[in-house]
Amino acid sequence: MTTTTRPAPTSTTGSRARGTTVASSLVMLVIGLAFLVPLLWVVLASFDTEASLSVAWPQTWSLGNFAAIWNAETTFRPLANSLILCGGATLVTMVTAVLCAYPMSRFRFRAKRPLLLTIIFSTGLPITAIMIPVYSLFVQVNLIDSMVGAILFLGASSLPYAIFLTKGFMDGVPVDIEESAWTEGAGVLRALWSVVLPLMRSGMAVATIFTFVMMWGNFFVPFMLLLSPENLPAAVTLYTFSSQYGQVAYGQLAAFSIFYSLPVVALYLFLGRSLGQGFAAAGGVKG
Amino acid sequence: MTSDAHTASPPRPAGPTPRSGRLGNRLTPVRALPMLPAGLLLVGFMLGPILYSLYLAFTDKAIRGEGASSTSFVGLSNFTDAFTDGDFWNSLVLTLVFTVVSAVIGQNVMGMLLALLMERAHRILTFAVTSLVIAAWILPEVVAGYLLYTFFAGEGSLNTILAAIGLPTQNMLFTAPILAVSFANIWRGTAFSMLVYSAALSAVPGDVYESASLDGAGPVRRFRSITVPLLRPAIATNLMLTTLQTLSVFGLIFIMTGGGPARQSQTLPLYMYEQAFSYGQLGYGTAVALLLLLIGAAASLVYLRLLPEEEKR
Repeated sequence: MTTTTRPAPTSTTGSRARGTTVASSLVMLVIGLAFLVPLLWVVLASFDTEASLSVAWPQTWSLGNFAAIWNAETTFRPLANSLILCGGATLVTMVTAVLCAYPMSRFRFRAKRPLLLTIIFSTGLPITAIMIPVYSLFVQVNLIDSMVGAILFLGASSLPYAIFLTKGFMDGVPVDIEESAWTEGAGVLRALWSVVLPLMRSGMAVATIFTFVMMWGNFFVPFMLLLSPENLPAAVTLYTFSSQYGQVAYGQLAAFSIFYSLPVVALYLFLGRSLGQGFAAAGGVKG
Repeated sequence: MTSDAHTASPPRPAGPTPRSGRLGNRLTPVRALPMLPAGLLLVGFMLGPILYSLYLAFTDKAIRGEGASSTSFVGLSNFTDAFTDGDFWNSLVLTLVFTVVSAVIGQNVMGMLLALLMERAHRILTFAVTSLVIAAWILPEVVAGYLLYTFFAGEGSLNTILAAIGLPTQNMLFTAPILAVSFANIWRGTAFSMLVYSAALSAVPGDVYESASLDGAGPVRRFRSITVPLLRPAIATNLMLTTLQTLSVFGLIFIMTGGGPARQSQTLPLYMYEQAFSYGQLGYGTAVALLLLLIGAAASLVYLRLLPEEEKR
């Protein structure tokens, strides 16, 4: 009896499940299209020397826009500046974050909870809100328009989140593993370098790339702290792009946008899946 | 799920247990030494400016004019000036509209919806759509600003599409710029909520749903009675993060509308920027920035209360 009735409910749930799949897919398709159109514009416009504001299939495909911006002044120097700025700041952030996260992950101390809460709290600190005092301070200590100053500030500003992420990954490495290293007399730094870091390589990659990607896209910080054209990163030159040419050349703007976006998109693709997992593993959301 | 950090995570990952080794697990000054560089950076470049802003906000410091040559204390007058300035209130209201529409509602609902759809929709479609959503998030802020400017502009893609399907066209950048920039922020920021929620959803054991459906709970009921309570920590954290991020959005709006036309999309960060740099009033701009920080802190406190007790540790 039970064996004969069993197929019936499974088949209804089966068709219902298929119904949900179709409905879900349709909703997703609509959302996807809304996300697609602006992205499609930048790709199509970059190959269209007659590009307008609206998304349109190019009459003739051309590399003219890319050729037009293929020079040091417009493209290569800003991108190199971005690389120096964000690469330097990422290095500063990750080295200090790892060093800071290790004792926080491994040892007990009274101020631990308040410290963690402060760090979590400052992850959300709107950097926008402190840019005026930062600007004002930088003017006084003569750090305005200094690449080093911008690197240090950018590094410090992403430090709380990097510490938070790194500590999350570090907590995932069982402490028992380095206890043997400790008993053999390895110091804190030694245990960190040769035991813990190799075990959290993927987590480190996630945190590093995440830090870099966020800095690469940052506009306000370099916009405020760097002034001279030869220091400006791509984020800021893109903003001045329109005024450089008088009439906005949308195709060239699109082509430059693609050049500027490509590195982070590539980095993301390289690590795509684990970057997503980073959120699960980071403990930022204990779902 | 290859991440070793993910699988190795013990139930209580907060550091060593009391039994850990004869060396003990107390933080000694020597062991705390590695924390020094981060501490110095944070004190110098974060705490310093914050403390400085507490001073600056009570002065008439300016780039030019009276407060430039000699700065003096002006007490609370920057704050009273703000509270009596119609443009400040305009910005405050616009900031709240922008935050509620784009972060609290837009990004959160859209992110949750996508996370739920991801579990059911066709796999290839899911991959394609989530890639697009993430691309929108990964793109630099200025690029996103230009892309959405072209989308919403009078001769932009939106109107081309509306005209093609026979709907009336709208120049949203002029008629409802705050909505245009809010939608732009949803476009740009949804990926974060989507990733957070899909990670949280994947941690919910499937058999909870199965037994609920056997008990006759429909999808809405299952969502309300199982998903939302289980995801409460994720929702609270995510609301907090997206709210704070959105409060400080500058580049996106700056590129799309510049705060205009006629201040109709001038949120507090843009107002602050205008006061500090177009009018040179650094002290006043800092006071506005402090108010912005206060709003963020207040919102965070509200969200922290949403967290269940055991999550507050």
